Amino acid sequence: MNLEAVKSIYFFEMARTRRTLLQSVVSPVISTSLYFIVFGAAVGSRIQEIDGVSYGAFITPGLIMLTLLTQCIGNGSFGIYFPKFTGTVYELLSSPVSMTEIVLGYVGAAATKGMMIGLIILATAWMFVDLSIAHPFVMLLFFVLTAVTFSLFGFIIGIWAKDFEQLNLIPMLVIPPLVFLGGSFYSVNMLPPFWQAVSHFNPVLYLISGFRWSFFEIADVNPVVSFAIIIAFLAVLMGLLTWIFKTGYRLRN
Amino acid sequence: MAPIVSVSNLVKTYASGFQALKDVSLDIEEGEILALLGPNGAGKTTLISIICGIVNPSSGTVLVGGHDVVKDFRATRSMIGLVPQELTTDQFETVWNTVSFSRGLHGKKPNPAHIEKVLKDLSLFDKKDNMLRELSGGMKRRVLIAKALSHEPRVLFLDEPTAGVDVNLRKDMWKVVEKLRETGVTIILTTHYIEEAEEIADRVGVINGGKILLIEQKKDLMKKLGRKQLRIDLQEPLPAIPETLSSYDLKIEDDGHSLIYDYDTSGERTGITTLLTALAEAGIRLKDISTRQSSLEDIFVELVGARA
Ligand SMILES: Nc1ncnc2c1ncn2[C@@H]1O[C@H](COP(=O)(O)OP(=O)(O)O)[C@@H](O)[C@H]1O
Ligand SMILES: [Mg+2]
Repeated sequence: MNLEAVKSIYFFEMARTRRTLLQSVVSPVISTSLYFIVFGAAVGSRIQEIDGVSYGAFITPGLIMLTLLTQCIGNGSFGIYFPKFTGTVYELLSSPVSMTEIVLGYVGAAATKGMMIGLIILATAWMFVDLSIAHPFVMLLFFVLTAVTFSLFGFIIGIWAKDFEQLNLIPMLVIPPLVFLGGSFYSVNMLPPFWQAVSHFNPVLYLISGFRWSFFEIADVNPVVSFAIIIAFLAVLMGLLTWIFKTGYRLRN
Repeated sequence: MAPIVSVSNLVKTYASGFQALKDVSLDIEEGEILALLGPNGAGKTTLISIICGIVNPSSGTVLVGGHDVVKDFRATRSMIGLVPQELTTDQFETVWNTVSFSRGLHGKKPNPAHIEKVLKDLSLFDKKDNMLRELSGGMKRRVLIAKALSHEPRVLFLDEPTAGVDVNLRKDMWKVVEKLRETGVTIILTTHYIEEAEEIADRVGVINGGKILLIEQKKDLMKKLGRKQLRIDLQEPLPAIPETLSSYDLKIEDDGHSLIYDYDTSGERTGITTLLTALAEAGIRLKDISTRQSSLEDIFVELVGARA
């Protein structure tokens, strides 16, 4: 294991993060605050509670997930896409590093940054609503697993993407609707049976439900199922990555 | 001694179906400077990219320091420094960080003293805190060289290092190359400038159309393929070559003021003595005689032209 290389990639990426941290933090903090004001205040005045939890608190786990998912995918994909775009990827390819080490460095940095911003969103939420975390360890487990899984997902997108449009396609166009329809702002049990059934095909539902359970012990699906779904997604990504490394897909001619 | 780089029967067919390397075999000795000479599209970059691990070979093997570049990539890539042809840099990084990053990628512990020395050798040290986007093209080229030297490679590849580079940098670069050679580093450079190969290489390989046409010690190459030209300036102009001299392959130049005689230096007999005797017998008086050795360029043009 070339640990020196993993460290180099990780800190190189974190240095880039530090340079852009302000702009990466400002926008999610503002949008989260807006969600609290618009949804929390406007909708919350009508729906006061869901399953015994105040509406503002109810939407917090979903908002954190929204930020975590978009950040991790964004960072994970950009980290590897950028060297491909500028051509500096030659250096990674000609260095004595295995693909595993490249992934550890880039995905580690992307997940770290995503979690930093996720925690900032959690702190922001605390300013608007009373929050209590029933199972902090479970919460942390979901938080870290989601960050790592989606950073890895981002990494794969970054390898696949041929231009900036493709790079942004999933974080901008796919993730937000999945988060919104995944029960961020409501409990899927409030939907008619047909839409409930449809919602269960949305993987993000499981993430949000499990994450919310760790806060309030309320869930749309069994948290164990949520956990299993994340692990399954992680396993699929690992399989995909193994294939990418074997074939050199879009990295090595 | 076993060669430091050994390429056997290397073939590369790109996904497009284009065959960029056709059965290339080549040994590089430790400590030598090898110049790979070839026109654009000859396959130079492809060859280097395979040795360095950027491109996968289609078939054939490459050993560096006795290790296979695919199976044992850690061992081979640790030994290799690469200065790529394209000026690719992280625009928003500082010189110091990007050079240190390269060292780390190669698994070497940080060593600021070494980085400082490399930057100083390349006249980059006063720019160490500058962002790369603030640097000129020549300066960026220096940074790429510094990156390649940051991890103390045993084999250094320079892919067209002087393309678009000013005189100062060329001089600095050859100084660095000279120093490296003294420490036993093997250097492979590609170029399509013949003077460059002539200036610094120990051995010259000529590559075209994905094939190595020849690879020889520069001296032998010059000797073997080197034709010489004898130029004879005359006291009085000749309207035509006299009958008695028709057996010699002579050309008339300068309105009859000069005779040009091509001969092969490797031949047993150059024919110069008999030619001069014949000239004297024909009553032709000479003003001056000079010879000219053909350059690598002539050799190159001849080779590529003949086999293209
Ligand atoms: N990724 C690629 N896909 C298809 N053809 C390529 C690729 N890279 C290079 N080639 C082709 O292979 C040939 C050799 O290229 P290259 O090794 O860059 O030559 P050189 O460095 O000698 O100029 C060229 O004809 C080039 O167009
Ligand atoms: Mg080239």
